[in-house]
Amino acid sequence: MKAPAIEGRARVFGDDVNTDYIITSRRKRESLDPRVLRRYLFEELDPGFAATVEPGDLIVAGENFGCGSAMEVAVTAVVGAGIRAVLARGFSRTYYRNAVNNGLLPLICDTRGIREGDRLAIERACVRDLSNGAMWKVEPLPEVMREIIEAGGLVEYFRKNGRFRVWAADERR
Amino acid sequence: MPGKTISEKILSAKSGVDARAGDVVVCRVDGAMGTDGSTPMAIDYFSAMGGTRVHDPGRVVFALDHYAPAPGRATAALHQQMREFAARHHIHLWDVGEGIGHQLIVESGRALPGGLVVGADSHAVTYGALNCFGTGIGSSDLAAIFMGGEIWLRVPESIRVQLTGRLQPSVYPKDVALELARLLGADGATYQTIEFAGPGVGALDLEDRLVLSNLTVEMGAKAGLFRADERTFEYLGGRAREPFEAVAPDTDAHYSREIEISLDELTPLVALPHLVDRVEPIGEACGRPVQMVYLGTCTGGRVRDFHQARDVLKAAGGVAAGVQLVVTPASREVLETITRDGTLVDFIAMGAVIGTPGCGSCCGTCGAIPGDGVNVISTANRNFKGRMGNSEAFIYLASPASCAASAARGTITDAREILS
Repeated sequence: MKAPAIEGRARVFGDDVNTDYIITSRRKRESLDPRVLRRYLFEELDPGFAATVEPGDLIVAGENFGCGSAMEVAVTAVVGAGIRAVLARGFSRTYYRNAVNNGLLPLICDTRGIREGDRLAIERACVRDLSNGAMWKVEPLPEVMREIIEAGGLVEYFRKNGRFRVWAADERR
Repeated sequence: MPGKTISEKILSAKSGVDARAGDVVVCRVDGAMGTDGSTPMAIDYFSAMGGTRVHDPGRVVFALDHYAPAPGRATAALHQQMREFAARHHIHLWDVGEGIGHQLIVESGRALPGGLVVGADSHAVTYGALNCFGTGIGSSDLAAIFMGGEIWLRVPESIRVQLTGRLQPSVYPKDVALELARLLGADGATYQTIEFAGPGVGALDLEDRLVLSNLTVEMGAKAGLFRADERTFEYLGGRAREPFEAVAPDTDAHYSREIEISLDELTPLVALPHLVDRVEPIGEACGRPVQMVYLGTCTGGRVRDFHQARDVLKAAGGVAAGVQLVVTPASREVLETITRDGTLVDFIAMGAVIGTPGCGSCCGTCGAIPGDGVNVISTANRNFKGRMGNSEAFIYLASPASCAASAARGTITDAREILS
């Protein structure tokens, strides 16, 4: 990946964190502004989270992160809090998609050994836990998704290209 | 090379590429639906992308269903924004009261065999019942479709679910879907298509299949596809908006997993709070008090669901004291039908609260909200904490008949106790 390594503090959640836990539907009813929504991030799961989140923090989760509703505010609220990557053992497909489309890096890796507050460094093909020296391999992203993330999301991608670039038939994952 | 699944065939046709599971392709969509939950953001993204003219607006539809009617000033403003955008760009808009977008896509003959129709809402998987690759997308995807009518998609692997036998009395498609959630778990089909097959499919009519396809997303699926057959064509007669060509899988298609469900052996099931895959035989929950019963949503808000619920309630002599029964038809067509055939009057006479066709209480954005400590049993598809607008409520998911039986007794009840 061309982007420089991302470094940040781990904020750890469990399995099956659904999008309503990330940001509840009723908050979305009042505002779609990520700067407003970030104040309510994870309020159902961890009411103290929004007050302690800092730009550069990294979300670490277990299986099936972002399941449930496809609402994109569950990604933009995270991006709005200054978070650039989510590491999970698995994502729901709509969360994964929305993350890519908003320039939030979704990384699938074995997150079981990561503790709350650990310093993490995301490198080309791995994640390092600087707090204890552990290292995990990361599944590489398909080319298309990398291009969209590197553009900063689908809005920037379209602003730049005006349409989808046509990929060759044999350009496979 | 092995043959192709339904997903591989449809996405190959829509991308013009010989696509296999794992490929990422750019597809031209046959239709796209945006709701009031997702479209306002897409409109903002469209203008940020530099968009001025919507590509092929005849293939885009909007539904005002999540906030129906608008519960406040902010949501009313979102509706205004959508109405103005739709009028300016000649996009068809289903206004408040017309129903849930997914139901309207199906009723209006926009979800057609062999097609690719996306919805900016996770339950777009419902269209799979009609052999249409339906999948949920986000607001930026919808904006990209406004720009060029295209979307990037990873071609999913497929799990084949083989259905055999027939459902016993008092066992319904919702129970089949809950059994599948129990077998697969809430992420057991993530990134994959669930393809339904087997001799049991023929016995399920189109409304039954819609329930199964709708719930596949609760197992993480990207699509929940059926083959088209006589029942599909019969439903589409007079509805289909354009010619279509049904797609069947090749006999040597590759599946990542095969599961068999014997419909004869199923019994009524319930998903316990707060996870859709915490599924138990309904007997495990029987006797727990319920204070609210919800009949509606894109899973359980169709004519057949209300008939099943009404029959149980009438047999039991009505709704128990202390239970709020909320009835929300999935669409105006459903409301009209149950009005004409007398079902609605029965519900009203039993004291039901009748909601505006739409998503209603399902996601807590409008409609009746349960109180603290309240147990709700619902025909919906999700029971996450806070889902219905109160994180102190407890949501159970079951078939319309099980919900009705529970409304009649005031405790979670197996409908077979009433119907036998």
